Amino acid sequence: MKILVSAKRVSDPNAKLAIAKDGKWIEGDVEYILNPFCENAIECALQIAEANEGTETVAIGIGDDETARFIRQGALARGIDRGILVSAEEASIDSDLIARIYQGVVHREKPDIVLLGKQAIDGDSNQVGQLLAEYLGWPQATFASKVEVSGNKAIVTREVDGGLETLEVSLPCVITADLRLNEPRFASLAGIMKAKKKPFDELEIDDLDLEDTDTKVQIVGLSTPSGRKAGVIVKDVTELVQKLRSEARAI
Amino acid sequence: MPLSQDEIAFLANVRRWVERDVAPNVTAWDEAGAFPRALYMKAADVGVLAVGFPESVGGVGGSARLRVALQREICRPGSGGLLAGLFSHGIAAPPIVALGSQEQQSRLLPGILSGDKIAALAVTEPSGGSDVANLRTTAVRDGNIFRVNGQKAFITSGMRADVLTVAVRTGGPGASGVSILIVEGNPKGLTRAPMQKMGWWCSDTAILTFEDVEVPAENLIGELGFGFLGLMQNFNGERLGLAAAAWAFSEECLAEAVDWAQARETFGKTLISRQVVRHQLVEMKMRIEAVRALLYEVAERMDMGEEPVADVCMLKNLATETLEFVAGKCVQILGGSGYIRGGKTERIFRESKVLSIGGGASEILTDLAARQLGW
Repeated sequence: MKILVSAKRVSDPNAKLAIAKDGKWIEGDVEYILNPFCENAIECALQIAEANEGTETVAIGIGDDETARFIRQGALARGIDRGILVSAEEASIDSDLIARIYQGVVHREKPDIVLLGKQAIDGDSNQVGQLLAEYLGWPQATFASKVEVSGNKAIVTREVDGGLETLEVSLPCVITADLRLNEPRFASLAGIMKAKKKPFDELEIDDLDLEDTDTKVQIVGLSTPSGRKAGVIVKDVTELVQKLRSEARAI
Repeated sequence: MPLSQDEIAFLANVRRWVERDVAPNVTAWDEAGAFPRALYMKAADVGVLAVGFPESVGGVGGSARLRVALQREICRPGSGGLLAGLFSHGIAAPPIVALGSQEQQSRLLPGILSGDKIAALAVTEPSGGSDVANLRTTAVRDGNIFRVNGQKAFITSGMRADVLTVAVRTGGPGASGVSILIVEGNPKGLTRAPMQKMGWWCSDTAILTFEDVEVPAENLIGELGFGFLGLMQNFNGERLGLAAAAWAFSEECLAEAVDWAQARETFGKTLISRQVVRHQLVEMKMRIEAVRALLYEVAERMDMGEEPVADVCMLKNLATETLEFVAGKCVQILGGSGYIRGGKTERIFRESKVLSIGGGASEILTDLAARQLGW
């Protein structure tokens, strides 16, 4: 079996971001982390590989040398077998182009399962897994909270409003990982050092023979959330209830 | 030599692991008197148990600087018991690495470094600790076994250890009569009794009594009468580690005190706006920075291959004195809340004293430094 898994870097949610002068991207000394949902996808891929001998796991990322570092330290160091970097400027791609790039890589690699984070926590678009499944014509199971692979199918439990949904999808398929899927392991120093010697391919978008490399979504503007308004001190419970009812409309 | 990119990435993982799996639990573990045994295996998965051990025995190597930086991360929750218990192999396993045969190393070390087996070093006796050359526990050769009799005290991880590195007297008086035996499991004649302590509650400490305990002769580590040498090689590393812990805990206390002083208002003004408090905070910061500077300098010299014994002694004394000074002042600044269990500072205050006793008492180290300096 072969599993292709995503390793996308995202800006650290704890970092204070500044908006670039053109208002369309972030700037400054941005700290990055590996997308937490990708960490769940990587852990899931490793667990499937550990349970199914002979499984090859491949991590893919899109970006520059920094992204390569995250593929190595975030995926290969944890135990993923090899890495692929597709060079692109992150600011100039959208979800649709990412899905098409993945599609191109899938055509080259022919995996049985593509495991992605359900979304990246920076853009929060939540589109790539679904678009990719559509372009490939493969079944998809998104927001997975449990994945079991047996034979040529996967049983995937999804967290949906009001409960759980269990799907059976035939391979090849696309699965996107939710946070409760597993508890990702940490890479050890030995793993980090070994990762540097693992096979690593660098591709250009042109290498993938994509029919369509246009982006369909453009960022028109970014803005920071408006500051929190000062609170009000109420004199008694009656006034509090009144305000909750008439102003906050909470009761 | 600065830390490599790989090492920095590893330390970031350790920090996340400590934040996620360790820090939220240390107070509960302290109150319960133990951290779960599974934590050893988790720590091994994250890779922290292998640091400082050579690759040939399943470790990942690692400079003194890396070990200091790793200690800093492990000390963030401010629990000395966690550090002492989780890293008891840090003093129990090096003699096996230094003196053990190939067969002994491959039999004993993988289980320790994978966290499956807990290792403890048993040297100190009820009659004395620092005077290693005069220890009294005896081991007498009888065919294929050694028969061990005596008592060990203050043994960190002694209640749970699966592998005990025990210093015994196999010869005449003095250092040349000391050997090291490995005692595995729970042999007949070995009894363990817990010791209740001022701090380090989540780490077990034991009195071990050996009554005609039979230890296979193949568990003799190194040659007969060379045990003292194996133990000596521990000292610099252990003392550097204790100094690093004292430094880290000083920083944790100070950070808590600064946060408190910024938030706490008395008579309409924050504590930190009072000169008497501000100046105390700077005094503490100044001393901590001096410890940090010396700590990294000594670590660097050790990485260059030096064995700066006098400097390590002075460093450990400076670091532990600084911690006692800082922890006391920080409890004072925190006031009543510094006396309530559950915060870092209260625990660190209780656990500051042990660092100037264990791993060579301050007085012993001062005199050793004097002798090393030729005075």
